[in-house]
Amino acid sequence: MSVIQEVAPRERAGVRREALYFAVRNGKLMTGLGIVAALLLLGLLGPLFADVPPNEYGPRPMTPPGGEYWLGTTTFGQDIFAQFVHGLRATFAVGVVGGGIAAVIGMIVGFVAGYLGGIVDEVLTMLTNIILVIPTLAVLLIVNAYLGIRSVAVQGLFIGLTQWPWAARAIRAQTFSLRTREFVDLARMSGSGAGRIILREIAPNMSSYLFMTFILLFGGSVLIASSLDFIGLGPTEGVSLGLMLQNATQWSALQLGMWWWFVPPGAAITAVVGALYVANVGLDEVFNPKLRET
Amino acid sequence: MLRLQDVTKEFRVGALGGGRVTAVDRVSFDVAPGEVVSLIGESGSGKSTIGRMILGLHPMTDGSITFDGRPVRAAKDYYRHVQGIFQDPFSSFNPVFKADRVFAMIKESYHPGVPEEEWDERVRAALGDVRLNPDQVLGKYPHQLSGGQLQRLLIARALLLDIRLLVADEITSMLDASTRIDVLNLLAELKARGLGVLYITHDLSLGTYLAERTVVLRAGNVVEMGLTDRVFGDPLHPYTRELLSAVPRLHEEWADAAAVDTCLYHARGGSGGLLEADPGHFVACARLESC
Amino acid sequence: MSLQVSELRVHYRTLRGEVRALDGMSFDLGDGEILGLVGESGCGKSTLGKSLIRMDGRMRHVGGQVVLDGRELPIADDRRMTGFRFREISLIPQYAMSALNPTRKIRRMVTELLKSRGVTLDAAELGRRMDQVGLPREVLDRYPIELSGGMRQRMVMVVSTLLDPSVLIADEVTSALDVSTQKAVARALLGFRDGGYVKSMIFVTHDIALTRHIADTIMVMYAGKLAEKAPADVIVKAPRHPYTRLLIDSLPEVGVRHAERRLEGIAGSPPSLLDPPAGCRFRDRCPLAGDECAEEPPAAEIAPAHHVACWRA
Repeated sequence: MSVIQEVAPRERAGVRREALYFAVRNGKLMTGLGIVAALLLLGLLGPLFADVPPNEYGPRPMTPPGGEYWLGTTTFGQDIFAQFVHGLRATFAVGVVGGGIAAVIGMIVGFVAGYLGGIVDEVLTMLTNIILVIPTLAVLLIVNAYLGIRSVAVQGLFIGLTQWPWAARAIRAQTFSLRTREFVDLARMSGSGAGRIILREIAPNMSSYLFMTFILLFGGSVLIASSLDFIGLGPTEGVSLGLMLQNATQWSALQLGMWWWFVPPGAAITAVVGALYVANVGLDEVFNPKLRET
Repeated sequence: MLRLQDVTKEFRVGALGGGRVTAVDRVSFDVAPGEVVSLIGESGSGKSTIGRMILGLHPMTDGSITFDGRPVRAAKDYYRHVQGIFQDPFSSFNPVFKADRVFAMIKESYHPGVPEEEWDERVRAALGDVRLNPDQVLGKYPHQLSGGQLQRLLIARALLLDIRLLVADEITSMLDASTRIDVLNLLAELKARGLGVLYITHDLSLGTYLAERTVVLRAGNVVEMGLTDRVFGDPLHPYTRELLSAVPRLHEEWADAAAVDTCLYHARGGSGGLLEADPGHFVACARLESC
Repeated sequence: MSLQVSELRVHYRTLRGEVRALDGMSFDLGDGEILGLVGESGCGKSTLGKSLIRMDGRMRHVGGQVVLDGRELPIADDRRMTGFRFREISLIPQYAMSALNPTRKIRRMVTELLKSRGVTLDAAELGRRMDQVGLPREVLDRYPIELSGGMRQRMVMVVSTLLDPSVLIADEVTSALDVSTQKAVARALLGFRDGGYVKSMIFVTHDIALTRHIADTIMVMYAGKLAEKAPADVIVKAPRHPYTRLLIDSLPEVGVRHAERRLEGIAGSPPSLLDPPAGCRFRDRCPLAGDECAEEPPAAEIAPAHHVACWRA
C-alpha cells in the first residue's frame, strides 16, 4: 500500500500550470505548432493577396517563379500561388472536418463502451473491430466511384467515418481503467448519471490524450485526402494540394522541368503532417513526466 | 435500519463467463442507528464486495439488502441517507479538479436551491465538525492535501447530506498512525449523534476500537459474529483464534496460535448456518465444545 | 560493524526546488543486527533504503558517506554500485509482484538472474533456503501469477539473498499482506538472519507493533532526520523522544475500546522538506517544546545504545 509515498511527488505545482510550463519550453511542440500555424495563416490570408481565381487560365503559361507570379504558372497559365493558398485552405478544412468527425465518433463509442461495459461494450467493440479491419482506402475508392465526391466537406465526412476505430479503441481502454477509480463511485453516490460522469469526471482526466488523438486524426485525414486527390478521386470542384500534385503529374511537370508546380504542394503536405507528428511527440513529453527532458 | 439477508454474490470468470466464483455466500447481519459494526476479513474475504453491494455499486446475485425495510437501489434518494468512503483518499478525488468540488457536486444534486452564502456556511460548519480549518483545505487540489485531510473532507461531504449510514471501507489503512486514530475518534463522535457505521477493515486492532459488534468473514462466509468483547474476548472459531494470534501486539510476545482443529469448519463445507453459542454470539462451527 | 552511515544527505529534485528527504542521517548497523526503521509517510525512511541500493533519477547525493564492511559505498555512482548490489547489499522491494517477470517460470528467472551476475545456480542450496521459508519446491516450475502474495514475497526473499549479502533491506515487505501471512514472512526474515544468509538487516516499515517482533533495534525517523534509536523493548516501553511517545500512545491495540480509553493522534503535520524550518522539526507539534528547541538538537546517546535527538528527552 502506498502509505509510503515520499513527500517529493506531492510537492509539485498544479498540473495545468506545470503542463504549460513544460509546453512553452518544449522545442518539438513549439516548432511543430509554429509550422502548422504559419501554414494555416498563409492559407487564411493568402487568398486575399492572390486576387486571381485559382483555376482561371492566364495569359502566360509555364512561367517560372518571379515578380509577377510568385510561384510561377502551370501549363495553362494558372497562378500556382493562388492554387497553393486555396489548396492549403482545402487541406486544413479536410483535416478539421475529417479529424473532427473521427474524433467525435471515436470518443462517443470509446466512452460509452468503456464506461458501460457488458453487452453494450461487446457490441460496440465488435462494430469497431469490423470497421478497423475493412481496408479504408478500398472503401473510399468504391464509395467515390459510385457516389462521386463533389466537395471538400463530403470528402472530409467520408474520411471521418472510416478513421475513428483506433481512436475508439484507445479511448475505451483509458475509460475502462478510469471508471474503476473511486472518484467515479463518489460521483455515482452524488447522484450523477452515466453521461455526466463521462463528461465531467472521466473526460477531463484524459484531456491531453483526447487532444493528441485529434492531432493524429487531423494529420491522418490530410494524408488520406491528399492520396485520394492524387489518384484522381478528390473533389471535382475547387482545388487542393493533392489535386495540384495530380495535375502536375498528369501534365508531365516533372519531365518538363516545371519543379515549381509540384514542389510547393508536396512540401506543404509533408510539412503539415510532419509538424503535427513532431508536435504530438512534444505533447507526449509535456504530459508524460517520464519523457520530460530536464 | 440496514439489514442483509442471505446476501450472495457470484462473479463470472473465465472465457465466456463460464466459471463462477462465489465471493459472498449467504451473509446476513444488520446495522442499527448509532451503532458501529466492524466487518473484519483478510483479502478475498468478500468484505469490500459487501460494502459495495450495500452502496448499490455492485448488483447482488441473491438475497436481500434492505434499508428501513425497503430494498436498496442506486438512486438519489438512497444516497441522501447512505454514503461510502473508501481506502485510497487520493483516488477518491478527481485529480484534475480542486478537492472542494465534492461539496459543489452535493449542492448541485441535493440542494440546488440553497443560496451560495448559506451553502458556504454549511460547508464551513461541516468542516468544523470534522476538525478541519476551512481556510487550509478549501481551494486546494487533492495532491496539496494530506490523506487524513482528504478522508475528513469526505466525511464532511457526507455530513452535508441527511446521512444515517456510513460504509467506511478501510478508510484509515492508508493513513499514518498519528492521524488515523483521529479519524476513528471522529467516527465515534458521529456515532454518538446517531449515525450507523459499517466499518470494514482487515486490521483487528482498528476494528475493535470502535465497534459494538463484529462480523468476522472468511472466503465469503461469516465465521463468527457478535458483541466485539465476546468475539475477541472469547473467540470460538478456529479462524478467529488464528487471526487474533497473528496480530502483532505492542506489549505482548507473538503467541503461536493454539493448535486448532480446522476440520470442524471444513467438515461443514465452509458454509451452512450459524450457531448461537451464547446469546448474540454466533459461530459457524459444528462442535463448539471441542474447539 | 557492518554498516556505518554518517551525515547522509539525499535530496529530491522537484519543480519547486530540492526536497531534503534525508537531511543528515547518522547511524550504525552491527553484525547480526536487525534494525527496524519506522516513521510516517514522507519521513525519509524509504529514501534511506533506496539510497543504499539504487538512487533514482530524481535523487541527488548531497553529502555524507556510507561504509559497508570497511569499504565506502559509491552510492551516487550507479555503475560502480552494480558490483555491490545483490552480493554485498540486497533489497526486497515492497511489491514483489512487480519484481518478478510474469512471462518466466521462477526457475528460469532465478537461473538467468544468477547468470547475469556470473554465478551458477546451486540447486541444492536454493532448495534448502526454500524449505527454510516454507516454500514447496514445485514453486520453481510455476509462473509468478500462480503464487499468492505471501509466496511471491518469500520467493523474492530467497532470490535476493542467494549470494549471502552482508546487508538486506526489506522495504515494507509485509504491508500488503494479510496478518497471518505477515507473521510467516516476518518469521522467515528472522530465520534468514539466524541461518547466516544475511549478516544484518534493515526492516523498513510504518508498523511499529510488527517491527518490535522482528527488530533488535528500532530507529524512528521524523522529517528527514533521526528522532530516536534504541533497543526495540526500550522504544516500546520507555521511549524518550516526545514524538516516539505520542506515536506509541496513538496506536490502537486489540481490546482497546474507544469507550474505555480514548486514544489521541498527534495534532498538526510534519513540516515541508522543501524549506524546512530551523531548529527541531517536531517543535510545532510538540507539547514539550521550549525556547531551546529553536536550535537543532543533536542525536545524543543518553544511555548505552539509546540515541535521542531532543533537548528535553
